[in-house]
Amino acid sequence: MILSSAIIARAFRVLALLATGWMTQHAVAADKVTMGFIYVGPKDDYGYNQAHSQGCAGVQKLDWVKGVEEASVPETTAVQETMRNMINLDGATVVFPTSFGYFDPHILRVAKQFPKVQFLHCGGLYTEGKHPANVGSYFGYIDEAVYISGIVAGHTSRSGKLGFIAAKPIPQVLRNINAFTLGARSVRPTATVQVIFTGDWAMPVKEAESATSLINQGVDVLTCHVDSPKVILETAERRGIYVCGYHADGSKLAPKGYLTGAEWNWSKVYTDYAGWVRAGKSLAAGTIPHLVRGGLKEGFVKCSDYGPAVGEEARKKADAAKAAFMSGTMVIFKGPLVDNGGKAILPAGKEYKQQDLELESMGWLVEGVIGSTKS
Amino acid sequence: MNSAQPSEAPGALLADATATVPGPVPVAKWRWRSTAEAIAIPVAAVLAAGLLFGLFCLVQGRNPFSVFAAIYKAAFGSGYSFQNTLVRASPLMLTALCTALPARLGLVIIGNEGALVVGGLGAVAAGLLVAGSPAPVVWAAMALAGFGVGGLWIGAAGLLHYRRGVNETISSLLMNYIAIAVMNHLVNGPMRDPASLNKPSSYPIPDDRMLPPIGETNVHYGILFGLVACVLAWFLMEQTTFGFKVRMVGGNIRAARLAGLPVSRLGWITCLLAGGAAGLAGMIEVAAVHGRANESLAAGYGYAGILVAFVARHRGLPIILVSVLLGGILASGGILQRQFQLPDATILVFQGLVFLMILLSDSMYGRFGLFKEKDAA
Repeated sequence: MILSSAIIARAFRVLALLATGWMTQHAVAADKVTMGFIYVGPKDDYGYNQAHSQGCAGVQKLDWVKGVEEASVPETTAVQETMRNMINLDGATVVFPTSFGYFDPHILRVAKQFPKVQFLHCGGLYTEGKHPANVGSYFGYIDEAVYISGIVAGHTSRSGKLGFIAAKPIPQVLRNINAFTLGARSVRPTATVQVIFTGDWAMPVKEAESATSLINQGVDVLTCHVDSPKVILETAERRGIYVCGYHADGSKLAPKGYLTGAEWNWSKVYTDYAGWVRAGKSLAAGTIPHLVRGGLKEGFVKCSDYGPAVGEEARKKADAAKAAFMSGTMVIFKGPLVDNGGKAILPAGKEYKQQDLELESMGWLVEGVIGSTKS
Repeated sequence: MNSAQPSEAPGALLADATATVPGPVPVAKWRWRSTAEAIAIPVAAVLAAGLLFGLFCLVQGRNPFSVFAAIYKAAFGSGYSFQNTLVRASPLMLTALCTALPARLGLVIIGNEGALVVGGLGAVAAGLLVAGSPAPVVWAAMALAGFGVGGLWIGAAGLLHYRRGVNETISSLLMNYIAIAVMNHLVNGPMRDPASLNKPSSYPIPDDRMLPPIGETNVHYGILFGLVACVLAWFLMEQTTFGFKVRMVGGNIRAARLAGLPVSRLGWITCLLAGGAAGLAGMIEVAAVHGRANESLAAGYGYAGILVAFVARHRGLPIILVSVLLGGILASGGILQRQFQLPDATILVFQGLVFLMILLSDSMYGRFGLFKEKDAA
């Protein structure tokens, strides 16, 4: 009798402990906004994924935000599973699947299953009426920062030959190549940009080969648009030439040759979203905008600090362009604009503003680019 | 390189094939010691891998027991998590057959990834061609096309081997790269949907012509294809005269030739079936997951299938088990990152240890007196 009552008392204590544990856990969860971040590659790639992971670290500085991260998630059913796990097991109310290829069909499918959760996709293509109402997209006009890189590169180069290593001839990438070229030619009208497409987002061996081959041909400033600029930065530094970074700050990898770089500033974007969600706003109700875009002025993108090789004159020109972007008077794509086959793209007096949809389906390379979009 | 090459197949294969060939006098007695050996050795290998991975977790400053509990919970702990495991396992069952079937002949085929990709391309082309027909017709056309194109792909590697003496391992490996290049060309060119701006893809299969999930679950019908294919493969290889002939070729190609077996024909037919299985995996990726062909088809299922086949010792039924085990390991990768803040490669360390220990354990068969059949002497 004594024994059994002792057991009952013990069982009761365990139950009580469990219950309080459960209650405190849920009390915390109610105050906190849990945000899920999904990356297609490793968090420390000095590139695309690192930039997003830094954004997650930035928003987590708010004590009412809990960030859960999962890296190296392929664009298969694996990402659907990760989204569901973050929602079901971690209690995420907002998820940021950051890779472009996560959108269709993966985000669209899972978003339908969880109408109360906000699905925010980077670089995506939300279309009203066609896609679930709880899906939104955000992106930055990073070509503005790339344009600044181009100015610094054009100024610093001795040979006037610049090199650009790119993954694929798709609109997002072409836009950066063109912005870099226009930036360089704005200060040095004879500058050329030689492009090599590697064919895929993460091809470290091909990227190193392309860098070596461009340098052997006399290119003395390199930049890139691939997932991880790491090997390109390292190769440039080893060969003693200059390099402009992309995605994240790469100055550590090329302390001598790093000029500047185009960086994402996702902390700012993620902090905005966190505030909206905490205030009870949602995509479906229309209180969170479905398309969120911004450039240097809005703080979505930024330039790396100038490296030691950047001269006084280059700094002045780049700072002037930056100031023009900040005041909203700068337009990158303005006529007269001719492609590198001699075909007119924009007549004099006309211009494409950043929001213009024509820029999102860009299929041309401007005059001054050596290379072709045909693979 | 002459055609006698396959007779120098790995010792284990040779031993297996001869061991399963019945002796002149059929023995009806159940050989429980061999069965016990076949279960005990892989289980011990998994335990050993667990021990090593536990040490790894300790070094990383995490409690190995809570890590294992989390892995179990995330892979098999609930109906919800088991669904994830099954979704991960279903393409592996099919791609594993691409290595397993020719292995019984003594061929080492590793072109699974390529066969999956071309199978997916064939399936999407067929699906688009008959997109107006009722859903079952679309599925049948896609399955046939996926099976056919994948089959021709690996069948070609088989033909090259038997007719021209080309090493099948190298040719099938290199054909992976050709397949991916062909896919990139097609989705960037002739098959490209102009609406797919930043991720070049083929035109999509209409939503209502896709393979649906099973009931209210997240598991799609691909799992049925995998299960049925593995059972059929087991039946074909272990229960039919065709399978017996194939195993005879794998056991001793010269003896098979002397016995008058059509070695070359058996070879390329087996390769055709093998490639067809991987092609079906591609068809399922298209029909049940992506709805279109693009670079996401080459997600590494083909390479994972090679591992599964070797661990399952190229047998149809064990492939099901091993696929589910690997699917579970892969499905629990996320929890290690989210709950334990371990690096994303941690689950690959665990996977690598499991497979290494299982392959290592292959050399342990026949070494323990306990498992020796008394009548074998």
